[in-house]
Amino acid sequence: MLNRFVVLVLSSVAFAQQPAPAPRHDISGTWEPVNGRGDGVQAGGVKAMPNDGKPEHELPYTPHGLEVYKSHKALEGKDAVLPAFYNDPRNFCEPIGFPRADHYNLRQTQILQNEFKVVILYEYAQTWRVIWTDGRELPKEIPEQRFYGYSVGKWVDDTTLVVQTIGMMPEDRVWLDSTGRPISDALRVEERWHRVNHDRLELSVTIDDPKMYTRPWVSMDKFPMKLQDPHTDVPEMYCSPSELEKYNKLFGNTASGIEGKQ
Amino acid sequence: MKTVIFSLIVSLPLIAHHGNAAFDVGKEITLKGTVTDWFWANPHCILQFDVKGADGQPAEHWVTETSNPPDMIATGWTKMSFKPGDQVIVTAQPVKSGKPVGRLLQVVLPNGKALSTFGGAKGPAARAAASGAGPAEAKVEEVIPAR
Repeated sequence: MLNRFVVLVLSSVAFAQQPAPAPRHDISGTWEPVNGRGDGVQAGGVKAMPNDGKPEHELPYTPHGLEVYKSHKALEGKDAVLPAFYNDPRNFCEPIGFPRADHYNLRQTQILQNEFKVVILYEYAQTWRVIWTDGRELPKEIPEQRFYGYSVGKWVDDTTLVVQTIGMMPEDRVWLDSTGRPISDALRVEERWHRVNHDRLELSVTIDDPKMYTRPWVSMDKFPMKLQDPHTDVPEMYCSPSELEKYNKLFGNTASGIEGKQ
Repeated sequence: MKTVIFSLIVSLPLIAHHGNAAFDVGKEITLKGTVTDWFWANPHCILQFDVKGADGQPAEHWVTETSNPPDMIATGWTKMSFKPGDQVIVTAQPVKSGKPVGRLLQVVLPNGKALSTFGGAKGPAARAAASGAGPAEAKVEEVIPAR
């Protein structure tokens, strides 16, 4: 009798700890990486394919893609340069762009939605983008290239929103990640936002850019995020040219042994 | 007196605005100093301080970076953590060039409270400083064993 009671109590506790099911067609909320805020920084390259020199993480560059990659002077990854010798557009406070918004400093992420659109508010650089869910198709011709492209989302089941994005800026305006991997204006990105249950969201990203890569590849594979208290006040994380200049003058240039460079 | 312990290199978490290329990864230096400026800003907050020489006069001006404000707030730091004139014990990862700049790993405030960033400091001198026991010297260099 006692054993049955214990089993019943333990079962009740286990049941009580189960997250509620995912709501239908709803990924709204404030989300943070399950494995801590550092997990979304991806400083060493995209989560599923870090730029660490391991053969299994080598990207399928086209000759042009490899040439563009080599022209990028990144501060991270296996080919990193010293702090004063970068040409990363991030370090000039250029818009971080897409898909780098998913691939760099993916921290506390606020998602708002209504019947027409899903809006993602990224913590880094106070950036937002709109994903249309009103049934429209992607534009047949791009009116003008954008840092964050044109995004259309469709619910493929009750809990998975698949987003296609095209029309991004050409190479050198936006990098794929912080290690200088390139993208072009031929890029098409597929994001799968899957709400596993009420408290967990997973993001997968596939890169398809025939100018830069010989085949599509996965940059994020079910990257886990957990739901935050709705009252969470997300801090500012901006890029200020004047603060960056002071940082470089005080620290970056001296660390690189070139004091005096502005 | 300098204490030097040789060992393998260890990596810090990749959460910085830049990579590890400039840093003497695996080395720590613990310094007693007087704060001259605390710059609370992106992409990284910067603590500057003077270290006195044997004659009691400022001999070396150090510039140490921490992380960005959101990360600092999350680990207990604030814009008001320091003011000029504060006496602090800083443990930093220096740069390879030998210049007095580095990545701040731990600081002990005048009230004895220790704050950390970039995963914190690992060496005996830093632990002694955090416990209030030292270090006795104004400047201690260490190479930290890999874990």
